[in-house]
Amino acid sequence: MNMVLQIDGLRKAYGPVVVLDGIALSMAQGESLALTGESGSGKSTLMHLAAALDTPDAGTIRLFGVEISGLDDGARAKLRRDQIGLVFQQFNLIPSLSVRQNIAFQARLGGRHDPARDAMLTERLGLSALLTRYPEELSGGQQQRVAIARALAHAPKLILADEPTGNLDEATGDAVLDLLLELVGETGAALMMVTHSTRLAARLGRRLHLSRGRLARPDGG
Amino acid sequence: MKHRVLAFLFCLIAGQAAAQGFAGLGTTAATGFATPQSPARFAFPTDHGPHPDFRIEWWYLTASLTGPDGTAYGAQWTLFRSALSPDDAQGWQATQLWMGHAGLTTPTTHASAERLARGGIGQAGVTAQPFAAWIDDWSMTSRVTGNADMLDRLQVTARGDSFAYDLSLTATGPLIFHGQSGYSVKSAQGQASYYYSQPFYRLTGTITLNGADIPVTGTAWLDREWSSQPLSDTQDGWDWVSLQFDDGSRLMGFSLRDRAAAPFTAATWITPDGQSQSFRDGALRMTPLTHSRVAGREIPTRWRIELPDRGLDITASAINPQSWMDVSIPYWEGPLQLTGTHHGRGYLEMTGYR
Amino acid sequence: MIGTALLTLGSHWRRHPGQLAMLVLGLALATALWSGVQAINTQARAAYAQAAATLGQDRLDRLQRHDGRPVPLADYIALRRAGYAVSPVISGELRADAARIRLLGIDPLTAPPEANIPGLQDDGLDLTEFFAAPGVLIMSAETAGAPLPPNMPPIRIRDGLPPGAALTDIGTAARLLGQTDPSYLLVAPNQPAYLPPLATATNLLRLAPEHRADPAQLTDSFHLNLTAFGLLAFAVGLFIVHAAIGLAFEQRRATIRTLRALGLPLRSLLIAFGLELAALGLVSGVAGLILGYAIAAALMPGVAGTLRGLYGADLPGTLSFDPAWAGAALAMTLAGTTIAAAQAIGRTARLPILATARPEAWGQASARLMRQQAVLALLLLATASGLGLWGDTLIAGFAAVACLFLGAALLLPATLAGLLRWLQGRAQNPLAEWLLADTRQQLPGLSLALMALLLALSANIGVSTMVGSFRATFVGWLDQRLVAELYVTVPTPDDGTRLHEFLHDRTDAILPVVWVDTTLAGRPGALYGQADHETFRAHWPLIAAQADAWNRLAAGEGVLINEQLARFADLSVGALVPIGPVLRLPILGIYSDYGNPQAQAIVTLDRFSALHPDIIPTRFALRIAPDKAADLASQLRDEFGLPADAVINQSQIKRFSLGVFEQTFRITGALNLLTLGVAGFALLTGLLTLADMRLAQLAPVWALGQTRARLAAMELGRSVILGALTFALALPVGLALAWMLLAVINVQAFGWRLPLHVFPADVLRLLGLALLAAAVAAAAPAWRLARISPNRLLKVFAHET
Repeated sequence: MNMVLQIDGLRKAYGPVVVLDGIALSMAQGESLALTGESGSGKSTLMHLAAALDTPDAGTIRLFGVEISGLDDGARAKLRRDQIGLVFQQFNLIPSLSVRQNIAFQARLGGRHDPARDAMLTERLGLSALLTRYPEELSGGQQQRVAIARALAHAPKLILADEPTGNLDEATGDAVLDLLLELVGETGAALMMVTHSTRLAARLGRRLHLSRGRLARPDGG
Repeated sequence: MKHRVLAFLFCLIAGQAAAQGFAGLGTTAATGFATPQSPARFAFPTDHGPHPDFRIEWWYLTASLTGPDGTAYGAQWTLFRSALSPDDAQGWQATQLWMGHAGLTTPTTHASAERLARGGIGQAGVTAQPFAAWIDDWSMTSRVTGNADMLDRLQVTARGDSFAYDLSLTATGPLIFHGQSGYSVKSAQGQASYYYSQPFYRLTGTITLNGADIPVTGTAWLDREWSSQPLSDTQDGWDWVSLQFDDGSRLMGFSLRDRAAAPFTAATWITPDGQSQSFRDGALRMTPLTHSRVAGREIPTRWRIELPDRGLDITASAINPQSWMDVSIPYWEGPLQLTGTHHGRGYLEMTGYR
Repeated sequence: MIGTALLTLGSHWRRHPGQLAMLVLGLALATALWSGVQAINTQARAAYAQAAATLGQDRLDRLQRHDGRPVPLADYIALRRAGYAVSPVISGELRADAARIRLLGIDPLTAPPEANIPGLQDDGLDLTEFFAAPGVLIMSAETAGAPLPPNMPPIRIRDGLPPGAALTDIGTAARLLGQTDPSYLLVAPNQPAYLPPLATATNLLRLAPEHRADPAQLTDSFHLNLTAFGLLAFAVGLFIVHAAIGLAFEQRRATIRTLRALGLPLRSLLIAFGLELAALGLVSGVAGLILGYAIAAALMPGVAGTLRGLYGADLPGTLSFDPAWAGAALAMTLAGTTIAAAQAIGRTARLPILATARPEAWGQASARLMRQQAVLALLLLATASGLGLWGDTLIAGFAAVACLFLGAALLLPATLAGLLRWLQGRAQNPLAEWLLADTRQQLPGLSLALMALLLALSANIGVSTMVGSFRATFVGWLDQRLVAELYVTVPTPDDGTRLHEFLHDRTDAILPVVWVDTTLAGRPGALYGQADHETFRAHWPLIAAQADAWNRLAAGEGVLINEQLARFADLSVGALVPIGPVLRLPILGIYSDYGNPQAQAIVTLDRFSALHPDIIPTRFALRIAPDKAADLASQLRDEFGLPADAVINQSQIKRFSLGVFEQTFRITGALNLLTLGVAGFALLTGLLTLADMRLAQLAPVWALGQTRARLAAMELGRSVILGALTFALALPVGLALAWMLLAVINVQAFGWRLPLHVFPADVLRLLGLALLAAAVAAAAPAWRLARISPNRLLKVFAHET
């Protein structure tokens, strides 16, 4: 089985505060993983490290078999651009671009733009009527659907979602999560999702619990 | 500025430098200047002209006038010379400065005017042969023909902002020399000047007052005096008279007021036929009788004048007590009416009143 | 309570010292440029007034000869002997190499009291010394400090004398200058009674003060230009202040709400704001004053040089401190602060207490606002065109420039937005597309700074185009006007006759130049007599003429007049121009006459000598092979004992004239650079203001796979694009400004119109400068972005906001 993500002995501290310590985990293609834990347990930090947005103090992170600690800024940016799809709690769309432009943005950055795929995603995410709108004209649920479309448009092998439904009401959140899981399943990408909700975590294949920077296995798996 | 220049000039002339607060200007030793020597030796007409090697000099005419209606008038024409250095350089480099004063007095008004000029360029000056003294358009010019003294016939004109006069003078007697034959001592310390007069003028002419011409007749008196430092340090002014009595005799007298001592007086008595007698210090007595408020000062305008040696005891009253020469360093100069042992007309000059 | 509010509000500055520095610096820069220019103007005006008042020249009439030569001493004495109160002055310049001094020799004995002779009123001056050789020279300390010719008499320092001049006794002046005849006579206002009018006693020309060239009047336009520059700089500086105060307001919005919620009355809050602003204004104002003084002191020698060269107006090369100036500048600073803060204060007053404390994008202008601005801008531009085309006063000219500037500035955001949108539609690269879209979105935040940049760039283009056009035209005109190789002036008419004989077989042509001061169409001016010669026919720069003008002029049928006279008196070819009290002649042609403030007319030599038989030529233009000119010049100096400046080589005049212009350019150039610098700073402050808010927009792009370095480079690029687009808009505005300066303001101020020349090299250089300014302004924010810790970017994604 192709390993998408392999983390070992990971340690990260901000000054005197140790956020993560001795983390080891791995994810295979097609796998989905929920990362739970209370506020400040290091969930987001772990995800940022996995996305090559930040660098660890110790330990190794291999993305698709490549140790990323040794990569320079440019190579890490390319990795993110091509291989990773990111979904944030704040949606973090680009306000100056339209919905259509936002969806295609990352794909076009990596030169992997596929209009047919865009069309499929907009169709599936129910965004067809909103393509010419701008993010500030959308509701939160609509924005998050655009963000998901953007994260998937370039067919990444790893989707990292940080509390993707945290800013949405429960019904909207559930609907958005349904769509996300459905599409990830269809594309065969691996999904790591940070959430503090055990209800949502239960819907993913695997669950890991972070507590004070260390991993526990609540499901005994 | 102008006042400063005038002050400076006038101080030199009147010898009042110290009194006027210009220490160092008027009282400094007159280096290089000639000083009067006794006995005086005059040469005419040369000595009617300027003496640039002396520091100061003047041509001083006062005239007692009468109008057609008997009104008494007085006229004054003066040209002062003041030398910055004892040379006679010409052009703009000249160091001789000139000042003209003119006055015209009526019983109720007194007008004065002043002109300043530098020598060397022709704006002002004096020539002896033929005699002419002028500053701007004011002049005193000899009309003499033949061998008579250059001063015997004079034409005198001047003009101010509100007055003018044009007078023809004819002398009826000889020049008179004051002091020791023209060597006139001015103080007990020996300061002196050369001093002579022509007191015998009869005149006719015209005065112009406020645009109206008035024909006048009368008498006039010309003083010529030059020196380099006429007053001593403690003398701060003088009272001077020239008097013409109805009997044809005349008197020149002055009293130099001294801060440190009694006034120094001198006098010259002139008989109608031109004989003169000089009197030394103390012979003449001048006593103020009445003071008038003139230009903010108390000035004696009625005097008792006594010369016991000649049986003279008269009262001299100003025809116009306000005969104030409102020039840069102002002084009093005006005509007199004489009563007492002798009757007649005269002129009074008072300087140094503050 | 207010104290607490002040402390709370003030704590903001402690946490944002950069913002505080920006605010103070912006205000200080605005004050500095404005007050610097004002200091120069104040100083210059005082110098003119002083020069004009010297010897009561602002009140006393003068008698002088028609040809400007000295009045014969005999004429002076004759006037005095006739009773007239006139006073002689011998004035002239003494030169030795670089040293020069203007002597003003007066006769204190005859000077009218109105002459107010300075320097002699005080004690301590020995008057004997003043009158008697070697005399003394009275001058200002500055004059005494400058190089003086050798062998000068003792010097006394007194205040109140114009720079470069010495007051002295006329005798001393006569000796030093070797001149016996008075240069002119002062006429006392009160003449003695019973004298005929002075005019019947002399044929000398009597000039009233208002008919003499007055430097204050001549230089008015120059100072008006300086003032305009100062105001522009001040306005640009206020943009900076507005940005800083606006930012501080946004960032303190939460604090303000909290304070209000805790019970601080709005009144107290506003008072606290006012006090804070007053303190900032005062501190910045004082800093600006010091800076402004330094700027003025640095520019002063150049300004003095220009004014001396252009108008003969003497100005001290150093600056003196004037409390009134400082007070006015401080008041201006405080007023400016108030204007710049008005918006923020208004918003504070209207801020609802209970709104959520969410920072909004500062200064977000809606599309509607942009449209309103654009409509207003178009109205202003229409007004500007109307005023420029049909206005016929100097004020209308300046109003047109103001409307143009304001209109262009208001139109800028809408135009930039349109341009960016258009570019975005053509972008292929997603990053470029994003960059353009993002830039457009940033416009509201940057528009004020960009307006400042637009104004600075337009002013630069306009002024440098005007100056360049002026220079190009002037050089061409000099070539036309100064055809003769040598110009000789001899002291007396007899020398003129002798010169003729001497030159007879040594030159190709001897062209006498005669002139008389007179009135032309009721204005003071000069009538010239000019020989009919190929030299003039071929080269004289006629801008309008009748057919056969030269032949008709030669036949004595009319006159040529200069452009100034034609414009001021509204005369055209064919009209009759009154010359002096009685003569009227038809206008055959109009010639350009740059740099001459006076009206001028030309008739033939014959016609001139018929009108003024008493004026014998003493100045001559000589035609000779150019390579022989230098030899002939030295021969003339030897043969006639002429001083160096009596024989002038054509190339010397040109060099001198151009030197004067280069001097002017230097000042304009310096002011141009300063305004551009201020505008660049405004852009920097705008970008810094936005930098923190931009993180939220940059972080996703970074997360989606861009390096920080790349983003930083794009930030730089964005600024350069804005600079370039602004420049593209500034170009037409600047050219319009140049046109207004050349065709409207110059005509009103100086009486001549200049053709517009565009100098592409200058424009390109300025484009380079603009891009450089934009890049420099963006450098610091970009540098910060390139080195920002990922952690700060990640905070954008953090849950807790």
